[in-house]
Amino acid sequence: MGMTIGEKILARASGKATVCPGEIVTAKVDYGMSNDGTTHLNIDIFEKKLKADKVFDADKVVFIVDHNIPAESYKSAEVHKKMRRFAQQHKLRFFEGTGVCHQIMLEEFVSPGQLIVGADSHTCSYGALGAFGTGVGSTDFTAVMKSGEIWLMVPETLRFNLHGQFKPGVTSRDLILKILGDIGANGAAYKVMEFGGPALENMTIDDRIVLCNMAVEAGAKSGLFEPDEHVVEYVKSRGREPVALFTSDPDARYEAVYEYDLGALEPMVAIPHSVDDVHPMTEYSDVKIDQGFIGSCNNGRIEALRLAAQILKGRKVHPYVKLLISPASNQVYLEALAEGLVDIFIESGAIMLNSNCSACWGSCQGVIGEGEVLLSTGTRNFKGRAGHPNSSVYLGSAASVAASAITGKITDPRGFLAHE
Amino acid sequence: MSSFTGKVWKLGDDIDTDIIIPTEFLAMKSVDDMKKHAFHPLRPELAALIKPGDIIVAGKNFGCGSSREQAPEILAALKVGCVIAKSYARIFYRNAFNNGLMLLENDQLYDLCNEGDTLTVELEKGQVKLGERTFQVAAIPPDLLQMVQDGGLVATMRKRNKK
Repeated sequence: MGMTIGEKILARASGKATVCPGEIVTAKVDYGMSNDGTTHLNIDIFEKKLKADKVFDADKVVFIVDHNIPAESYKSAEVHKKMRRFAQQHKLRFFEGTGVCHQIMLEEFVSPGQLIVGADSHTCSYGALGAFGTGVGSTDFTAVMKSGEIWLMVPETLRFNLHGQFKPGVTSRDLILKILGDIGANGAAYKVMEFGGPALENMTIDDRIVLCNMAVEAGAKSGLFEPDEHVVEYVKSRGREPVALFTSDPDARYEAVYEYDLGALEPMVAIPHSVDDVHPMTEYSDVKIDQGFIGSCNNGRIEALRLAAQILKGRKVHPYVKLLISPASNQVYLEALAEGLVDIFIESGAIMLNSNCSACWGSCQGVIGEGEVLLSTGTRNFKGRAGHPNSSVYLGSAASVAASAITGKITDPRGFLAHE
Repeated sequence: MSSFTGKVWKLGDDIDTDIIIPTEFLAMKSVDDMKKHAFHPLRPELAALIKPGDIIVAGKNFGCGSSREQAPEILAALKVGCVIAKSYARIFYRNAFNNGLMLLENDQLYDLCNEGDTLTVELEKGQVKLGERTFQVAAIPPDLLQMVQDGGLVATMRKRNKK
């Protein structure tokens, strides 16, 4: 029986020739990543409960301050102080305020074939580069910090074959929303979502990250692509080498196989309060919005910003709408500056924010008030996710958010691109 | 611990971790401060009403969303007897046992019980009783049961290290 790429990565990490779904393995992790959303808990468990004195490998434990940076309250500042102190003491890899943790990991650490455990659910993003990333809680993460190992059940795999090409104004963001709507918020529970097929050659690294990042919104343990020459080039251009270039065997076992034609997709929107309540954007074109947000680990990369700029160029944000833009990292921010995108955003009336988790997680600047409506490129639209418990979050693409910020209501972006 | 009776609080499908404990309360100093805000966006009154040993009954995919461990931690701190859901999100599932919160799975009970009902849970038999009716739940392996009784993974590890 052949193996999938996910099974091969877990076999390598656990020192086995083969593994099969349902088997529990003890695996060595290549990196452990934790951010200021929960690291204060890991540190407490590590020091006070476990009474541990050393991490397993200081070069393999990465702390990233991205959720509440700069601190919006003294409570967050205390969390940051604690992380900084621990990172200095143990000489960990430490980043503060340079970008959203997953973007930093993809830029600085992730290579094909690795197993990476993160104390954050969107760790599944790393599959875009052919690495198995998976999220855990603080106790599991603390055990990883100490031992460098974790027990994992080898998951079943769902295969998504992608065909064709996106039409203008439609993006991988719309595709993942469509998939979530189809399979549901637990449609991939405990499983790997493996993406492949002929459309891959036209899909950029950014496109792939968008898909893998939201795999957890279907309950998945990870999202994965087979690494191709684009991935190898991306990793090498950043001074790294692939650990292993695994591909799925022709006779690999899939629990289910889905086919998607990219050319048949239209802009999609997830409506409050569930990521799987997904509809064509045109069906919600009468919904007024108070705020738009472009950013997050899902959709704050350069291609999303370029698309937004294309729509916002020479136009103005609606007078009663705030449009917040947060590039996913400082590298992305610098690229956007060099390309003149930031000029376009500011001239349109948008508010530029630093690179952080921002309005996606509802604890930085950009929270919304009672009854307000946010259209977001963030990861989740749960009740109260971006502010007041009685507020609403809709999810759409960067193009959709840009178009809607101009009109003040949910708007299909294709009309704006057609007139270019 | 292996057999207990509790009152039902009934919640729906896809109860996410932002509902269980919203972001704005995560940086609070202690779990005891945080637990007062359990389920705040959905039912702000609920945390004050939950009594030790009460049972949360929910639909599918309980605990979906973020990896925040405070979610099971505050339910354990409220001394919830156990959660019985149709299914769970995977990160929450691990976090719950790691923090001493018992999770049971059953897909029929949800549709047949009402809020305020009394359930009797017999862990060793893998049974939940509602009046005259008995529902089967998957048995919890002894080591996981022990972990919950110890109060979670760290407590179990420390106990093992002492031996």
